[in-house]
Amino acid sequence: MSLASSFERLDRRWIFAITGVLVLLPLLWPLNLPLEPSPPVRAYHAAIAALPPGSRVLVSADFDPASRPELEPMARTTLRQLFEKDCKVVVVVLYQGGARFVDEIVQDVARERRRRDGVDYVNLGYKAGDEAVMVLMGQSIPNTFPRDHRGREVGTLPVMSGVQNYSSFALLVSISTGYPGTKEYVQQVQGRFHIPIIAGVTAVTAPTLYPYLQTGQLLGMLGGMAGAAEYEDLRYERGMASRGMDAQSLAHLFIALCIVLGNLAQWERRRKGTP
Amino acid sequence: MILHPSHDPAVWVAALLTLCIFSFLYRDNPFYRFAEHLFVGVSAGYYIVLNFWTVLVTNLWDPLAGAFDGRHGAPFAARLGDYRGFLLLPALLGLLLFSRFVGRIAWLARWSLAVIIGVYAGLKTTGFAQGDFVAQVHGSIQPLWTGHWGTSLSAWVFTVGLVCSLLFFYFSREHKGALGAASRLGVFFLMISFGAGYGYTVMSRISLLIGRFQFLLYDWLGFR
Amino acid sequence: MKREIPLFVTAAVGLFMILSFFVPHQVVSVPADFLQQCAIIVVAFGIVLGGANLLRVNLEAVARRESGWPYKLVLVAGLIVTVVIGLVEGRDFQATGTRSTWIYDQVYSSMTAAMFALLAFYIASAAFRAFRIRTVEAALLAVAAFLVMMGRVPLGGVLTAGLPAPFRVESVAQWIMDVPQNAANRAILIGAALGVMATGLRVILGIERSYLSGED
Repeated sequence: MSLASSFERLDRRWIFAITGVLVLLPLLWPLNLPLEPSPPVRAYHAAIAALPPGSRVLVSADFDPASRPELEPMARTTLRQLFEKDCKVVVVVLYQGGARFVDEIVQDVARERRRRDGVDYVNLGYKAGDEAVMVLMGQSIPNTFPRDHRGREVGTLPVMSGVQNYSSFALLVSISTGYPGTKEYVQQVQGRFHIPIIAGVTAVTAPTLYPYLQTGQLLGMLGGMAGAAEYEDLRYERGMASRGMDAQSLAHLFIALCIVLGNLAQWERRRKGTP
Repeated sequence: MILHPSHDPAVWVAALLTLCIFSFLYRDNPFYRFAEHLFVGVSAGYYIVLNFWTVLVTNLWDPLAGAFDGRHGAPFAARLGDYRGFLLLPALLGLLLFSRFVGRIAWLARWSLAVIIGVYAGLKTTGFAQGDFVAQVHGSIQPLWTGHWGTSLSAWVFTVGLVCSLLFFYFSREHKGALGAASRLGVFFLMISFGAGYGYTVMSRISLLIGRFQFLLYDWLGFR
Repeated sequence: MKREIPLFVTAAVGLFMILSFFVPHQVVSVPADFLQQCAIIVVAFGIVLGGANLLRVNLEAVARRESGWPYKLVLVAGLIVTVVIGLVEGRDFQATGTRSTWIYDQVYSSMTAAMFALLAFYIASAAFRAFRIRTVEAALLAVAAFLVMMGRVPLGGVLTAGLPAPFRVESVAQWIMDVPQNAANRAILIGAALGVMATGLRVILGIERSYLSGED
């Protein structure tokens, strides 16, 4: 049996098994390959670094556990950098299924940085409505979110004192998995209300947002686990994203090899003239 | 390397459900189907509860209850964010959606859909016009000579690529001659972008697997 | 009237929303804000409706003992238990320590992640069995995919560390993302924007009526 026909007959479960092993091994025995932050990641980091201390920042965390490996590290590192700058952070969630998960992350980082709920930060929780909510926030955030995630009236919270709409914030950080997310913020909010936006998105979405980076509609962007890992590297942290990049490396190499081997098998078959 | 399996039953539940899902890789089986159906039911239930408490109660019931209990003055208001009794309208429209269950009056649900469609059609039209059309065309007008050969070449490649890709989507004339050549060049640029998108998609999917393995190894089995 | 009134409502609401983009005066902004609040509330009702419909369909399947009915019973049980617990626990159903939180963390969260993690295996399998380079275009796609895949991971940088900086795979991948990929994606964005604007106007003006599905 030729190599070509061997490959063609290979049970796909062998490919599953090899993929699983190549992802598993570096998690057990890390290779610690060096990371080089890319320009969009540096720009994301720089946008937060340029904020005056004590600035008020709106973080829209629109993701659920399905995108946890890519976006949770971004969210944690972003919150750490914001808290280090003594920023007042207001978190909103527009993605169904993410409310509880996002709150866990916010509370965890806030505890780590000794920030006070309601004073230094607040999680306003989830609101259905997608773009309609985004535009409504441009009129009044307290009216759109009359209560926070814990059910407290937002008017009673010191961190929300003086907050009206997007003009009350120095920066909008959109960490999103899809719809609604960064694209909708650029379309509905950036042009209308002129708030600077930076974004952390899944790798699937990242290529489609590059045009917004080039026009300046987005000031910086983290794309996928690689972006999250590069951001951690800029912050001298070694979080979950950094630890996953070794596995990512081997898996990418394997998939590139799969493409080559699959095509080699095809070419051999065509060269021999077998159907 | 030491193994410290978790003693938390909750972690074991999560791990076993994860393994039930992964069992599909071998073949379809009752464990996978059980987990799949449980997932669908729990997801739907969670979304119902979430929308009930965060929207229906907070944005509808609370203001309506406050409007008619006499605590806040007039039962109706028309100020930004303060509509009180006028919220009976969206309440009625929301309830009309359920008319779909009754064949004879199912057409009433169209009134609710009409409001939703109208709002989002309006929002999308202006959003795409501003964010994706005007801003993108504006951003495309860039100098072709930047003072540096490398970036100037990139600017030329970008501009040629953009124009040719746009020409590919012009179907009002047959793609022959100059238009055909430009369109074919546009296809090459589109293929490069699809390839880049494929690369990023691979990264995204592998990341999801890494995340699950990290949970199984570190949280469940406690590998150090 | 069963179709005309909804068409009129869509047109009026849609045109008003477009107007609100240009006119900030409260004569326009307050009704526009109200309409968006209406949409948010109606969407929430719609989500509850979707859940109720799912329950109805699966209960009927269980009652008729259709193929796979035990699994549908699991679905129904999961839905009902989650809803009942969430309603009983009140506004604080998402607080730490509640049963709703337990269901979310251990059942919903873990299975959502696992479902999506399956895709990694299938993308590897598809790369081997289905990714065939038969044309110049496919070759371009494959080369771009390879360069971007290797350029975005540290291993690519290690393998090409000996090359001059502009020729290392991470630099090449970044150039691909910034220039040709950007150009093509912008063309797609502009084309899609024109399409969405046209479709939006068609819906608002009543030319596109597919959302009014069903008999009169």
